[in-house]
Amino acid sequence: MLELDNLRITQDDFSLTADMVVPQGATTAILGPSGGGKSTFLLALAGFVPTTGSLRWQGRDISAHLPAERPVSMLFQEHNLFPHLSIAPNVGLGLRADLNLTKAEKTAVEAALKRVGLGGRGADLPRQLSGGERQRVALARALLRNKPLWLLDEPFAALGPALRRDMLTLLEEIRAEQQATVLLVTHAPDDARAIAQNCVFVDNGRATPPVETETFFRQPTPAFKAYLGV
Amino acid sequence: MSPVVKTCGIAAILVVAVLVLAPVMALLAQAETGGWAVAAWPAIRFTLLQASLSALISVVLAIPLARALMRRQFWGRGLMISLLGAPFLLPSIVAVLGLLAIWGRSGVVSDILATVGLGPLDIYGLKGVLLAHVFFNLPLATRMLLQGWQAVPSEHFRLAAQLALAPRARFALLEMPVLRGAVPSALLVIFMLSMSSFAVALALGGGPKASTIELAIYQALRFEFDLAAAAQLAIVQLLVGLSAAALAFHFGRAVRFGGGLGAPFQNWDSRRWPRWLDGLVLITAAVFVGLPLAAILLKGVAGLALGLPAGLPLAWAISLLVALVSTTVALALALALAFFITASQRGDRIELFTLLLLATSPFVIGTGLFILINPVASPFSLALPITALVNAALSLPIMLRIIRPALERVNADYGVLAEGLGMAGRARFRLLTLPQIRPELGFATGLAAALSMGDLGVITLFAPSDMQTLPLLMYRQMGSYRMDAAAGSALILVASSFALFYIFDKGGRDAGTG
Repeated sequence: MLELDNLRITQDDFSLTADMVVPQGATTAILGPSGGGKSTFLLALAGFVPTTGSLRWQGRDISAHLPAERPVSMLFQEHNLFPHLSIAPNVGLGLRADLNLTKAEKTAVEAALKRVGLGGRGADLPRQLSGGERQRVALARALLRNKPLWLLDEPFAALGPALRRDMLTLLEEIRAEQQATVLLVTHAPDDARAIAQNCVFVDNGRATPPVETETFFRQPTPAFKAYLGV
Repeated sequence: MSPVVKTCGIAAILVVAVLVLAPVMALLAQAETGGWAVAAWPAIRFTLLQASLSALISVVLAIPLARALMRRQFWGRGLMISLLGAPFLLPSIVAVLGLLAIWGRSGVVSDILATVGLGPLDIYGLKGVLLAHVFFNLPLATRMLLQGWQAVPSEHFRLAAQLALAPRARFALLEMPVLRGAVPSALLVIFMLSMSSFAVALALGGGPKASTIELAIYQALRFEFDLAAAAQLAIVQLLVGLSAAALAFHFGRAVRFGGGLGAPFQNWDSRRWPRWLDGLVLITAAVFVGLPLAAILLKGVAGLALGLPAGLPLAWAISLLVALVSTTVALALALALAFFITASQRGDRIELFTLLLLATSPFVIGTGLFILINPVASPFSLALPITALVNAALSLPIMLRIIRPALERVNADYGVLAEGLGMAGRARFRLLTLPQIRPELGFATGLAAALSMGDLGVITLFAPSDMQTLPLLMYRQMGSYRMDAAAGSALILVASSFALFYIFDKGGRDAGTG
């Protein structure tokens, strides 16, 4: 269970507060206007932006932990892969940061690639893959890292509608298999409706506590209404 | 910051500080021992005059050339841009030989003039120094301006075309901002390069009317053995160099070395300017830069056909050794400093500090080292290690300027990802940083090796008469009018410099996957 207790994120003249409990083993969508701080919110949870207040995972405060020590895998919109490494080592980094992989670990890499539909592509370079395939590689790595908390920052925003729907489905399948907790930043309300069980709205220096998706859309807050333009 | 980065970084700063400050201290102490020589004034005046004029002429001529290159698409454009990169790598003494073959007393132009009854050209003195400096720096200034123009988003050019801006408005909106950014730094960089281009002054200057400060130092040390006068002159050189460096730093950090200048600009306004005028500018520039290069090649082949000049193999081996040692030292220092600066919160100030220290001309450092070593050992016996060390100091700021942005780019693009995956220390260097900065590393190393191979500077202060690097051998051949031998040596030298650059640069660009 991820608990944010009076968490305050301050960066230059931007600040954001959050007080919430993120439901475990579910997908929570993070919605809100551009520049509202959605990405910064995720970066802070991942340990890249300093915070005050407390951030607890399974009751343990992790707010002083380094990014690599947190129970977190993060996916960005792009630049998830190192362009000079082929696909297999890019995924293998999820197991060992120095890439000295054992045979069993190499097999695990191949299995993860297979799971995301890229079996046999391990020797390709990222530039030989399409945008959607690259994000699948990043998913495969997150799968291998086996961290309980996945933070996704608009990972499918650059993809077309059909591809995006496929990726969301794949993500939700894998999340369910892994019993992972997912926080998904998106600017598309449809994404939230498609896979998220809960929604958080980030605007005006505040992240609201998660509301069940159906309720969130059926009884929109004034701020969310303004964001939707309805 | 990791302890390794910190230790190496601080060690590198100390090495640089000692390398620069110890000689400067020695100079200050030595300068006290003699009365201030009035004889230094003409040298100071000439240095400032030639450096200012070199900068001004190069930049003024570069503006039409850069504009022509920017807006015209023609066959050989890529070749021409490569040609403009050549003088930077060309050893100065080789360039002087090429210029003499075209513009000298018995050069091509004088021969043509003789057929119509006009006397031969005389390019010694101010004219020759300016000619050589414009030959080197017109291409450099052009590339700097082109880089400036390339930073303008293509949308702005499209917008200007759509709005059908009048030439004046277009100039004010599009070109002026670029020039305002690029011209001051181009002027200052060329001023600094011309101020400390010893080989040109040595070969083409001289005499009371055309002696630079560095040339006066050389004469004081080698011929009069007047250490106090040399020290005083070196301090003057140091002060002028520091002032110019501080100004250059203030006026912008736009100086980039290399980088792609491949694509021509989308330009819809080229019809306003007569096509033939741009053509004339381009052809004149190509001839001006290309003819001396061609002369080096042709005369060199002819010279070598007469046999390998005496002493060439040994001089070549010594030059190569000095180049490799100095490049290794410079690379180690540059990497240590670049990592430290990138990781430090006061990185900019540390970089400024090192760059300012290194703005002391290599000649000043050499003079100080000479004075420092003189009481304990014969400076002449340490010629090679000192040359290698001073050449390393010469290359260090250039390397730092290339490597630091590359490191920052890697951190900006992949730092968060790497940290999230827990990549640190050696694994991060091996798997991420090294493969990513390899092209810049190769380019910087190639530049350093080529510059060191071709340098004719401090070695002239230290070398005994029976020992020489290849550029020094060449200079001595020219001094005794063995021009065929000099031409042969020049060709070998320039081929070696370019080969060193090519090998390292290519080694960096060939993709190696971890």
